[in-house]
Amino acid sequence: MNRRTAARTKLTLSYALLVMLSCISLFPAFWIVMSSFKTGNSLFSETLIPREFTLEHYRNLFQNTHYPVWFMNTLKIAALSTVLGTFLLLLASYAISRYRFAGRKTTLSTLLVLQMFPGFMAMIAIYVLLNAMNLLNSHWALVLVYSSGAIVTNVFVAKGFFDTIPRSLEDAARIDGASHMTLFFFIMIPLSRPMLTYASLMIFNGSFVDFIFAELVLRTEEQRTLAVGLYQMVSQRNSTEFTLFAAGAVLVALPVTLLFLFLQRFLVEGLTAGASKG
Amino acid sequence: MQHRTKAVILSILMMGLGQIYHRQYGKGLLLLAGYAAGIYGIAFYLKDYLYGLITLGVEPSRMVKAGKLTKLVEGDHSIFMMVEGLMALLALLLFAAVYLLNVRDAYLVGRSRDQGVPPHRFYESLRELNRKHFAYLVLALPAVSVLFLTILPIIFSILLAFTNYADPILPPAHLVDWVGFDNFAKMVNLNVWRTTFVGVLTWTLTWAVIATFTTYVGGVLVAVLIEQPGIRFKKLWRTMLIIPFAIPSMISLLVMRNMFNSQFGPVNVYLQAVGLKGLPWLTDPFWAKVTVILANMWLGIPVTMILAIGVLTTIPKDLYEAAEVDGAGAFQKFRMITMPMVLYATAPVLIMQFAGNMNNFNVIYLLTSGDPVNANYQYAGHTDLLVTWLYKLALNQSQYSFASVIGIIIFLLVAAFSIWSYRRTRSYKEEDMIA
Repeated sequence: MNRRTAARTKLTLSYALLVMLSCISLFPAFWIVMSSFKTGNSLFSETLIPREFTLEHYRNLFQNTHYPVWFMNTLKIAALSTVLGTFLLLLASYAISRYRFAGRKTTLSTLLVLQMFPGFMAMIAIYVLLNAMNLLNSHWALVLVYSSGAIVTNVFVAKGFFDTIPRSLEDAARIDGASHMTLFFFIMIPLSRPMLTYASLMIFNGSFVDFIFAELVLRTEEQRTLAVGLYQMVSQRNSTEFTLFAAGAVLVALPVTLLFLFLQRFLVEGLTAGASKG
Repeated sequence: MQHRTKAVILSILMMGLGQIYHRQYGKGLLLLAGYAAGIYGIAFYLKDYLYGLITLGVEPSRMVKAGKLTKLVEGDHSIFMMVEGLMALLALLLFAAVYLLNVRDAYLVGRSRDQGVPPHRFYESLRELNRKHFAYLVLALPAVSVLFLTILPIIFSILLAFTNYADPILPPAHLVDWVGFDNFAKMVNLNVWRTTFVGVLTWTLTWAVIATFTTYVGGVLVAVLIEQPGIRFKKLWRTMLIIPFAIPSMISLLVMRNMFNSQFGPVNVYLQAVGLKGLPWLTDPFWAKVTVILANMWLGIPVTMILAIGVLTTIPKDLYEAAEVDGAGAFQKFRMITMPMVLYATAPVLIMQFAGNMNNFNVIYLLTSGDPVNANYQYAGHTDLLVTWLYKLALNQSQYSFASVIGIIIFLLVAAFSIWSYRRTRSYKEEDMIA
């Protein structure tokens, strides 16, 4: 076998492998979309692509379940957590990155230690507290916990980003008479747009799909979020109403997936920044 | 006597007096008000709260006969007492800190007065605060939220590990007590707890190693595959393979739970269609473990792939050319150049991923719920990790104290591992490998 055919075989094999991997990576999504259009309600189907397409399950979802309410609840919680969480994260990481204040080292190591606790150990404690105080079932509990959790999980990425913005910019602004506030709001925030996009997307996604804490806190059908509602649909009614779940899953996943793909560039930057800064 | 000595003595006597001596009335009065509130709290409430924290209540709820009716008289609520005691302690610490700062401030202002500098007026102090201590102003809000929503609950749950707060001892019907290290001892000495703990811990570690290794190596290989010279439509392949990362993992896991359903799930249906026997993907202990690892690869490979592609573009081409001249094959190039370079750049992520996998609640809970149930285990199944076991203990069984013990153990494991591995990574040892 000469060199050229060897190279060609290698390339062909690579393409074959890529096609196979792509199939695997797309299959679950494709399958669930197809299932949501299938007639009947069972998990089993003879063909991957259904013989008849129907929108019945989507209609059903909106008419006979609490899906619209869940959707609004989730959207409300996710939006509020994103705004509050991003704001707090910005404040914390900016101060830690830019100022050398007494106690800075302690703050950094405290945050590092906090990251090492299993994320929801605090959540279970909060659950015990809320339970004892009869404050369960409130959306605000979720928003507050998500926002403060967002600080702990994202502060190092955000700090790493601020570290890369040259100080000379600030010095220049300060010479021109800018105060700390002006500096922060009119120079640092616009400059940190890529990081802001990344962080807020992460917080939004985190609170949009969080299952653990929402399941703990939300008790009634009307207060539920999508994640909890869908989990109940799968785990309780199981395969009998599978297609209904499929429709619900597609509707939740679609906006988030599109958002992710659309903002891919920022995500890649964010992930890489997190990687090199540690 | 110098100003500073007088001011310091006055400040120690009563918070704010030193400032008033400096004629900084605004600041002084504010501090004095804080002092009054603090002393009031200490005098009237502190003792009760601390007593509550120490005893966790002495008066159990009981039924009292009042005429014909029996009435429930509420006793002490141990958990409330614990939380209130904790808050009181926190407030006391805060008060002490402010007191110290007050003395320090009195001293500093006194010293500048001794040097002939007049003390600041109130608005000047405020401006000074904004100018010099801006960091603290900015940090105040996040700090408060982290303190109350993360740190306080964590301290609270650490404390729970040293109580007997577990079903059936649940307030308000029963009183909770401090039990020292009893729960830890039970974990080691009682047979049921020990078997479960050792079994779950072993699986947690095995899972963390395999899950991290497979996604990492898989991700790097896929990245290399895409970035090969000669491959066209790189962007298309990248987008296709990034899809699993973009779909909310909670949804894809629930979808997979159905896909792997052994009776009706498409995986088994297809296997049967080509003449193979279906596998008990989620119901057999061994295959359930295989399933969670496969599902985790599907979820995790895209992340490593993104990172690795980023690193691959930075590896100098001449390294590969030099290797080719020396007669290296594709595998050797991967083994000796690509892997070390990627590993060097992404070591911190690898560590984080390992720790993350140890606590990977979603993959396990949403896919198998920790099942199939293991009859020898205490409230746990074959695929349960320490975290999911913790969750089940607290939520389904109300075994709060044991759940907290597990939480502490997880923390110790993760912390020990992070410190150990961080010191061994090349990015720590040879910071300047790539200058």
